[in-house]
Amino acid sequence: MAVKTASGAPAALPAGAEAPAKRGFWAWLNRRMPIEEFVATQVTGYYAPKNFNIWYFFGSLAGLVLVLQLFSGIYLTMFYKVGEATSFDSVEYIMREVDYGWLIRYLHSTGASAFFIVVYLHMYRALLYGSYRAPRELLWLLGMCIYLALMAEAFMGYVLPWGNMSFWGAQVIVNLFGTIPGIGPGLVEWIRGDYGIADATLNRFFALHVALLPLALLLLVALHLVALRQTGSNNPDGIEIKAKLGPDGHPLDGVPFHPYYTVKDVVGIGVFAVLFAIVVFFVPTLGGLFLEAPNFEPANPLSTPEHIAPVWYFTPYYAILRAVPDQRLGALLMLLAVSAFIFLPWLDRSPVKSIRYKGWMSRGALTLFSVSFVALGYLGLQPAEGLYVMLARIFTVIYFLFFLLMPFYTRLEPVKPVPERVTYHAH
Amino acid sequence: MRTDRIVAALLAALLAAAAAHAAEEGAGAPAAAGAPEAAKLGADWASWHANTNVTDMPSVQRGARNFVSYCLGCHGLKYERWSRLGQDLSIPPDLLEKELLPPGDKGTEYIMTSMPAKDAETWFGKAPPDLTLMARARGRNYLYQFLKTFYVDPGKQTGANNLRLPATAMPHVLSELEGLKRPVFRDVMTRGEGGKFSHEQVFDHFEMIAPGRLSAAEYDGFVRDTVNFLDYVSEPTQAARRALGVWVVLFLLVFTWLAWLVKREYWKDVH
Repeated sequence: MAVKTASGAPAALPAGAEAPAKRGFWAWLNRRMPIEEFVATQVTGYYAPKNFNIWYFFGSLAGLVLVLQLFSGIYLTMFYKVGEATSFDSVEYIMREVDYGWLIRYLHSTGASAFFIVVYLHMYRALLYGSYRAPRELLWLLGMCIYLALMAEAFMGYVLPWGNMSFWGAQVIVNLFGTIPGIGPGLVEWIRGDYGIADATLNRFFALHVALLPLALLLLVALHLVALRQTGSNNPDGIEIKAKLGPDGHPLDGVPFHPYYTVKDVVGIGVFAVLFAIVVFFVPTLGGLFLEAPNFEPANPLSTPEHIAPVWYFTPYYAILRAVPDQRLGALLMLLAVSAFIFLPWLDRSPVKSIRYKGWMSRGALTLFSVSFVALGYLGLQPAEGLYVMLARIFTVIYFLFFLLMPFYTRLEPVKPVPERVTYHAH
Repeated sequence: MRTDRIVAALLAALLAAAAAHAAEEGAGAPAAAGAPEAAKLGADWASWHANTNVTDMPSVQRGARNFVSYCLGCHGLKYERWSRLGQDLSIPPDLLEKELLPPGDKGTEYIMTSMPAKDAETWFGKAPPDLTLMARARGRNYLYQFLKTFYVDPGKQTGANNLRLPATAMPHVLSELEGLKRPVFRDVMTRGEGGKFSHEQVFDHFEMIAPGRLSAAEYDGFVRDTVNFLDYVSEPTQAARRALGVWVVLFLLVFTWLAWLVKREYWKDVH
């Protein structure tokens, strides 16, 4: 049965055909730029599966956080003074003397962690429902590019306050490039622009953090959305809604993105904003997880913090790095751990997409992988000694087995029959 | 059994655990204020909590007085202006100028120590650190434990040592208030590598050897006030932050509720 749009009219009607007959500014504008057509095809006429669950909030939330980071970041740039001698002081100036500077700074620092929370949940949704499978491989790869750009953006942003953890974190991460055989040492020097992490490094990280990487992120997000519009969204049942069209040519199990998912996403934004505000206003450091205590001391090349640990969103990979006794091999495994996701569309050989219809092996594998990822994240925050290293090794093995064995367990296991139409219970 | 539901529940539990951890960090566990004195003095120093409250304005004001009298000689607060201090702590400008401001300084100036850093380095081997952000960098409990675990150590140039920061370059400048105490060590036998036993001196408790001007409880209050002031100064906006936060969260809750009503209305016709 057909679903009405907000206006009651069939939404996908090409608006350009009747535009010349209209008068006034709106018509003038639409003859020169296809605004109405864009809305009709991409917003009110874009059909999304009606059975989205809670996992489908995180895409729009990631977009929201991106906008928040852009605007709070621009505001911070107006007061931040990049430089070895000025960075730390200017951040404290923002925190203390700029009107509501503390708020903007906490929005930006909390936003960085929030970005990774929603992006990790967004990626996890794809793991659950097979959203990376054909025909959405490119959508997934563009998403991975966003993730990698985001990691670079977050790392360089973390260096800018020039606290002691900024300095030592940069030291550890940049030195990883030194493990590349042959070109390593020269490459590290080229990245730093100096023989150590210094003023030159800080300055170039600032340039990349506020100009190049945000531009790259915006471009990649735009491409990610274009690719999404081409294939349409996957859904928790992992079946294609475009396969069952109604008499009006729209998917039977789809609803127009606007108003249905716009009003729904606003609820998600509300819930997210409440949690976000609780952190910003009541626990902005989140006990050292979002803002680390050693970063309230200025960068000091002569005083190493007791434990050098990156912010929580990098700790799963950091734990993998430290689990390997050989630094070069550790760095290689770390790189593989980050990039393993890229190969998922071709590793998953299951006849079904969604975890709902996959067999016990896939469920078990995903559960073990989730436990490993969270456990590695915890271990990356702990000192690398004794039992912690042993556990990190075990979870590293499980982490990689999830990917390496995927072609086998997804093919061998018995799967459940997939329904013709999506599972949806009206509320 | 649905894996996605279970995973969602697990994630929610993780978030809740993180929040609980953070709350614990913020609030601090209830401290046993007078208890350690009754038993062995200082035996449990590592678990002491500062237990200060930055909205307790008289306490922060007393802390400011303590800081100016005992700390400012060597330590500055280079990110805090005198005028800001006066404003936030409700100290009238004339009182601020008369009682706190160093002679010749203007209210708009930052709170700087008059001790030249170069001289300090010669005298102590290391310039005393600026204390503006110390409460954030090390935590309130650290500061509290530091100020309460100075002890007499004739082997040190300053005659004092510290449990929280062993071999500290700082002399016990509060000894006239607290008095002097010496540590009593316990001999602990440990079996090292190769099965060899070795003796180790482990701190057991303190013994007062000379009284100060303040009683134990008064000194405890003095330290707490000072730590409370340092907590304020590490983030002067924190009280305003929490006050504003209440309204923001309330607004967002109402907003979310209204948004949910709208969503429910629209989704009525989806079957």
